[in-house]
Amino acid sequence: MTQSMTGARMVVQALKDQGVEVVFGYPGGAVLPIYDEIFQQNDIRHILVRHEQGAIHMAEGYARSTGKVGVALVTSGPGATNAVTGLVDALMDSIPIVVLTGQVPTFAIGTDAFQEADTVGITRPCTKMNWLVKDTAKLSETIHLAFHVARSGRPGPVLIDIPKDVQFADADYVPREKIKPSHYQPKVKGDIEQITRLVEMIETAERPVFYTGGGVINSGPAASQLLRELAEATGFPVTSTLMGLGAYPASGKNWLGMLGMHGLYEANLAMHGCDLMINIGARFDDRITGRIKDFSPNSRKAHIDIDASSINKVVRVDVPILGDVGHVLEDLLRIWKSRGRKVNKAGLATWWKQINEWRAVKCLTYNPSTSIIKPQYALERLEALTKGMDRYITTEVGQHQMWAAQFLGFEGPNRWMTSGGLGTMGYGLPASIGVQIAHPDALVINVAGEASWLMNMQEMGTAMQFRAPVKQFILNNERLGMVRQWQELLHGERYSQSWSESLPDFVKLAEAFGCKGIKVSDPKDLDDAIMEMIRYDGPVIFDCLVEKHENCFPMIPSGKPHNEMLLGDADTKNAIGARGAVLV
Amino acid sequence: MSPLNIKSGSSSHSAYDLRDPNAEVIESHTLAVIVANEAGVLARVIGLFSGRGYNIDSLTVAEVDHTGHLSRITIVTRGTPQVIAQIKALLARMVPVHDVHDLTEEGPSVQRELALFKVAGKGEHRIEALRLAEIFRAHVVDSTLESFVFEMTGTPEKIDSFAELMRPLGLREIARTGVAALSRGL
Ligand SMILES: Cc1cc2nc3c(=O)[nH]c(=O)nc-3n(C[C@H](O)[C@H](O)[C@H](O)COP(=O)(O)OP(=O)(O)OC[C@H]3O[C@@H](n4cnc5c(N)ncnc54)[C@H](O)[C@@H]3O)c2cc1C
Ligand SMILES: Cc1ncc(C[n+]2csc(CCOP(=O)(O)OP(=O)(O)O)c2C)c(N)n1
Ligand SMILES: [Mg+2]
Repeated sequence: MTQSMTGARMVVQALKDQGVEVVFGYPGGAVLPIYDEIFQQNDIRHILVRHEQGAIHMAEGYARSTGKVGVALVTSGPGATNAVTGLVDALMDSIPIVVLTGQVPTFAIGTDAFQEADTVGITRPCTKMNWLVKDTAKLSETIHLAFHVARSGRPGPVLIDIPKDVQFADADYVPREKIKPSHYQPKVKGDIEQITRLVEMIETAERPVFYTGGGVINSGPAASQLLRELAEATGFPVTSTLMGLGAYPASGKNWLGMLGMHGLYEANLAMHGCDLMINIGARFDDRITGRIKDFSPNSRKAHIDIDASSINKVVRVDVPILGDVGHVLEDLLRIWKSRGRKVNKAGLATWWKQINEWRAVKCLTYNPSTSIIKPQYALERLEALTKGMDRYITTEVGQHQMWAAQFLGFEGPNRWMTSGGLGTMGYGLPASIGVQIAHPDALVINVAGEASWLMNMQEMGTAMQFRAPVKQFILNNERLGMVRQWQELLHGERYSQSWSESLPDFVKLAEAFGCKGIKVSDPKDLDDAIMEMIRYDGPVIFDCLVEKHENCFPMIPSGKPHNEMLLGDADTKNAIGARGAVLV
Repeated sequence: MSPLNIKSGSSSHSAYDLRDPNAEVIESHTLAVIVANEAGVLARVIGLFSGRGYNIDSLTVAEVDHTGHLSRITIVTRGTPQVIAQIKALLARMVPVHDVHDLTEEGPSVQRELALFKVAGKGEHRIEALRLAEIFRAHVVDSTLESFVFEMTGTPEKIDSFAELMRPLGLREIARTGVAALSRGL
């Protein structure tokens, strides 16, 4: 039976139909009818943010930590433009979110009406797809299609712009199961012939490596499970990008750690020296490849990806497999098993011997201190004291983000939320709130830099209002540390504008928000302070004063090959070429 | 000198590797893109080219299936084989795109463009223009005592060469549709 209703009611009905439980949003004139409907129901919870960018990052945190689609609702004009950074962030990191924006009435579009902006024009390159709905009769269908597009294939953000008169007008509601199937149906099964070619390579490879990425997380928990099975069964080493951490457990014996610009020595040298690289849901990002010409020069490469435009985009591969990680790994394992589970045992033994030599370099070693908290030490302690807890980590962007990736271990997927592709400072705090809303009883920690954190700190108000006990673990070096590091190494130590001055007193700031502030500067007090943070039943702003001039190593300077990695401050004093030669 | 000994201006000086890793031969390809005829689709397709720095040499678009609301966009573009492959993959993944055909790769195709030429002239020039138009099978679709408008269809090359010949004979204006193309045979 069809049911006639207003566009505004249709929005709420369609969200319910899609199983949406939470909407992150901020009201305004152009979405008032929808807010009126939200007021009159109890199925969907609305989280009132403090800035629309926060709403989008919360929806992202919610989505990444649950595997569901995140939803945000904002008004026209400034509401929509404030959402833009979050949309691009989600696009770069393949996060499924649906963003609803209000628009001026259809008859006012194009007249420079109050709070009018060309939202679909502005967000076209910032979304996987967007729609301006001019007819209430098309609204419910469009919303259902939007969810389908956001979660299918390579996930991403979509936006629906809804003029106010469309929200007021009546039309028939089309339920989710009644809409005609979309022609948009990305292929999930990989080509069996190509998969078989990869199996043949797996059987003979002497120096294989799994290079895994965010696509494994996107594919769902089953894909992570299959990856583990495959790694254990073949005995091949596994490395991952920043976006894929947790797909293979950090405690797994084949784990090499993260690769890339700030990745581990053993991971990068394994990539450089391998004879078979198996890319599973990663996109050969420039933080990974360094100089393309010298990127893993002697390997055959296979690439499993659901997006054809990711394959052969930057690095040419020998075995392209278009499909979903979970589906492809399932076929891969089945074929490999049916052919007798062969691997090159002798080759692998030598390869692991080599890898263990690289591991013995202990590339994450840093100079400890008894007087100053080293950021690495702070993270080691955080890791030790929260290990085994039901823990989710988000980060801001900078050195602290890289150290978090290096020093925290993730045992499962969807436990690590970070802005990788866009590198959005200000992502972590709102993302942590989105995660906490999805997992009310979990320990949610945002590993932050003081500069990034300030970019969306207004969201502490949201955390307070909705009792989201997020822990803001700020590694305060009073520097735009990552910028400072580049300036030290590449711009003649000219520290142009890269320090944080006039910082707030974070403890007082916490008190002003009504939550708890903790400040620690002595390594001796760190453990107690961390425990106090964990035990406190509510949001905490943790001001951890750390060494101001610590650099993040290892580091591969841009445009350099993997084997020209800097391991520590001493390396930066030498010409890279000479040192690189020593390393290989 | 910075501690890394990197020459200022070299690509290592940047957060990105500034060198083009795929400097290769440039090819011209004609793509037929079948899209849902809905608002914003053309902007999306064009935005892909402008946003990523790809070339559009010619572009035509019109609805070809009124009941199915499908439009056909014909794009002539240039790039290295890797760029062409990227363009096709990026087009194909767009939600409103139903199909992408690379007519250049899929075998022989017919490529036609329609052009209108306004040529002004008197006496000898006028007669010469008419004579050449006949050779090129251009039709006169408008004439005054001092001007003609010729209409011609043909390959872009044919249109180019007719334009070259008309230039000294008083060519004032050209309007071209851009290429429409179909593969040959079934
Ligand atoms: C300061 C800073 C430093 C950084 N340093 C590093 C670093 O040292 N190392 C590092 O790794 N990163 C680093 N990054 C992150 C980097 O910029 C990229 O975001 C990251 O490397 C990309 O990860 P990915 O290749 O896994 O791709 P993602 O962006 O996660 O893309 C996923 C890929 O998988 C595909 N995919 C999606 N879903 C599926 C599916 N279901 N099945 C199959 N395929 C699928 C997609 O099409 C895409 O190609 C850094 C970021 C910042 C901000
Ligand atoms: C919105 C935004 N602006 C600028 C940058 C460039 N940037 C990258 S890291 C960084 C410094 C971050 O400082 P902080 O948050 O204190 O982290 P730290 O590196 O000190 O750990 C800057 C400015 C960015 N990534 N995002
Ligand atoms: Mg800092």
